[in-house]
Amino acid sequence: KFLINYKMKYSAEQEYPDLSQHNNHMAKVLTAEMYANLRDKETPSGFTLDDVIQTGVDNPGHPFIMTVGCVAGDEETYEVFKDLMDPVIEDRHGGYKPSDKHKTDLNSENLQGGDDLDPNYVLSSRVRTGRSIRGFCLPPHCSRGERRAIENLSIESLDILDGDLKGKYYALKNMTDEEQQQLIDDHFLFDKPVSPLLLASGMARDWPDGRGIWHNDNKTFLVWVNEEDHLRVISMQKGGNMREVFTRFCTGLTKIEALFKERGHEFMWNEHLGYVLTCPSNLGTGLRAGVHVKLPNLSKHEKFGEILKRLRLQKRGTGGVDTAAVGGVFDISNADRLGFSEVELVQMVVDGINLLVDMEKRLEAGESIDDMVPEQK
Amino acid sequence: MPFGNTHNNFKLNYKVEEEYPDLSKHNNHMAKVLTKDIYAKLRDKQTPSGFTVDDVIQTGVDNPGHPFIMTVGCVAGDEESYEVFKDLLDPIISDRHGGYKATDKHKTDLNFENLKGGDDLDPNYVLSSRVRTGRSIKGFTLPPHNSRGERRAIERLSVEALTSLDGEFKGKYYPLKSMTDAEQEQLINDHFLFDKPVSPLLTCAGMARDWPDARGIWHNDNKTFLVWVNEEDHLRVISMQKGGNMREVFRRFCVGLQKIEEIFKKHNHGFMWNEHLGYILTCPSNLGTGLRGGVHVKLPKLSTHPKFDEILNRLRLQKRGTGGVDTASVGGVFDISNADRLGSSEVAQVQLVVDGVKLMVEMEKKLEKGEAIDSMIPAQK
Repeated sequence: KFLINYKMKYSAEQEYPDLSQHNNHMAKVLTAEMYANLRDKETPSGFTLDDVIQTGVDNPGHPFIMTVGCVAGDEETYEVFKDLMDPVIEDRHGGYKPSDKHKTDLNSENLQGGDDLDPNYVLSSRVRTGRSIRGFCLPPHCSRGERRAIENLSIESLDILDGDLKGKYYALKNMTDEEQQQLIDDHFLFDKPVSPLLLASGMARDWPDGRGIWHNDNKTFLVWVNEEDHLRVISMQKGGNMREVFTRFCTGLTKIEALFKERGHEFMWNEHLGYVLTCPSNLGTGLRAGVHVKLPNLSKHEKFGEILKRLRLQKRGTGGVDTAAVGGVFDISNADRLGFSEVELVQMVVDGINLLVDMEKRLEAGESIDDMVPEQK
Repeated sequence: MPFGNTHNNFKLNYKVEEEYPDLSKHNNHMAKVLTKDIYAKLRDKQTPSGFTVDDVIQTGVDNPGHPFIMTVGCVAGDEESYEVFKDLLDPIISDRHGGYKATDKHKTDLNFENLKGGDDLDPNYVLSSRVRTGRSIKGFTLPPHNSRGERRAIERLSVEALTSLDGEFKGKYYPLKSMTDAEQEQLINDHFLFDKPVSPLLTCAGMARDWPDARGIWHNDNKTFLVWVNEEDHLRVISMQKGGNMREVFRRFCVGLQKIEEIFKKHNHGFMWNEHLGYILTCPSNLGTGLRGGVHVKLPKLSTHPKFDEILNRLRLQKRGTGGVDTASVGGVFDISNADRLGSSEVAQVQLVVDGVKLMVEMEKKLEKGEAIDSMIPAQK
């Protein structure tokens, strides 16, 4: 029986990555000393420090966004490598401390308002999150056997959903051309990742084996299986009724969680990190709630960036992360994930968008918005 | 990953059927060979450095096939891969290398004096001549698997060895990560610079990790002898020059390679070689000599002749576009090189190129004059 720690033949200095050109969260935190302390550790499934950081070593930085530069390979990664992960989490999530507790609230009744964002400005509303299934390794590390088991469990559970959640699963590997075209037209289809941030972490291995898309007949509730996380759950619809989107989101998620539990599988969650996902940036709620909204005047206002910041919102182009806005239409969503509950984050989006639209109307009328600029939330 | 067998053992919790890859859409050498039984037999094994069968086949699982070329679909992570996973690799080697058997012996001949002719390929047709091979350094794992520490040690050893060369081989090393813009521009203009691999065939095998750490290019002052460090193999050695003097290119190739090998041996790091597989390289397609000797040659008429491919086949040559593997030819100029790597020596393979290109240039001249070439079609070599 082997017990070969082959890389340990080399000193820590010889193995420590060159991060001199790098600008990501991992590179800011990983000192040579920390590397030396963690390099002989592994999780029970065999995920190592080099596995955690590979994507951050291979991708020094991104021009528009501060990337995380590390991933988890399983639930235990966040524990075994806490010396690295805790400071990365703190830096990324606004000072969140190792002793902090995260609150989960998926009771949509606790949301105030949100059913009447002006559809003349708010074109669509969407809420997404991720879920990991306890007992399996995460996408950077899982084997084909694990991935297929996750897919089978997911299909079994999702098939049971009924009412307005009744739907169908489309496995990527045996999709017909018509099915594929329809999913593209519906903006549902996800494709093999092309971003080197994702590829370098190993999550595209064996594509498209074990991957697929489930959606309800109404096309308002969608689950991605085995993309960047075990599950990505998405609720969406045209117009500004974020309340309805969030209600469906919470109902659907809660049902899915119960169905998995019936089959002896729970979601990865703990009271410090909330829901455990592949990327440390998605810990906590894993929730991104957003709208596509027309803000041609406001987006050119010199205080636009500052206003978003104070509202704890972020902007993206309508192609998602990494894209530019087209025709004054922006994707505006919550910036936070950890340390706030789902209800709190969606509330920020609802209140913030209402304010931004009012500001847009003011600017259209040629009036100033100086008295409307909010305090830091 | 080289950390004991924790991860591989973890996967054994799943049955063979659950872990065996879906190869139904695949068309590469690995997919043709890897049955469920072979997978079942090999999946609990690993090399001393921890390379597993899933590591070997990952690139072939991720890349079902290529429209123009039959890809290999697997790589070695270390010298021992070829032994530990012989049940998979031997049939692939046989399929890829013209029936080469597990008991066959490979002959190495780097004595350029044994080449006949080759100094006078017509420069009106032959624009340039080039010979390349790869070498792996014993005691280190290969690019799909090696750690930063190993890669840097390989770089250090290589730079030591190369900077001690003199005479026509005197030169300089340019590490990728600290190259100046001016140096980079010059290397691009000289057609020397290699960049981070973009082909998924390579990236899926893990050989681009930590780029550009410990990668670099060494070349002699004359710009006729060039070594790539830590790209797809530990070393890629290239001899090249304009025109048709393949003999001179091959002489420099052999002399330079042997000087380099001596220096590595002195440091107790010879090249990976054995009498069955010859030189051990990352891709099974490069075993044996690892040698590709070729020319850029103008064959606008011959290349459109219906028998062009058949002629190449019989001459044991292959064609590529002038951008290298995967590219199309431009302006009737082709890259023509030996098709074989294993089972024949370096001298024999370069001889095939010299003789074959000579014949094809004569055919081209005949076709230019409007004459037939039917009587010139060679027998199968």
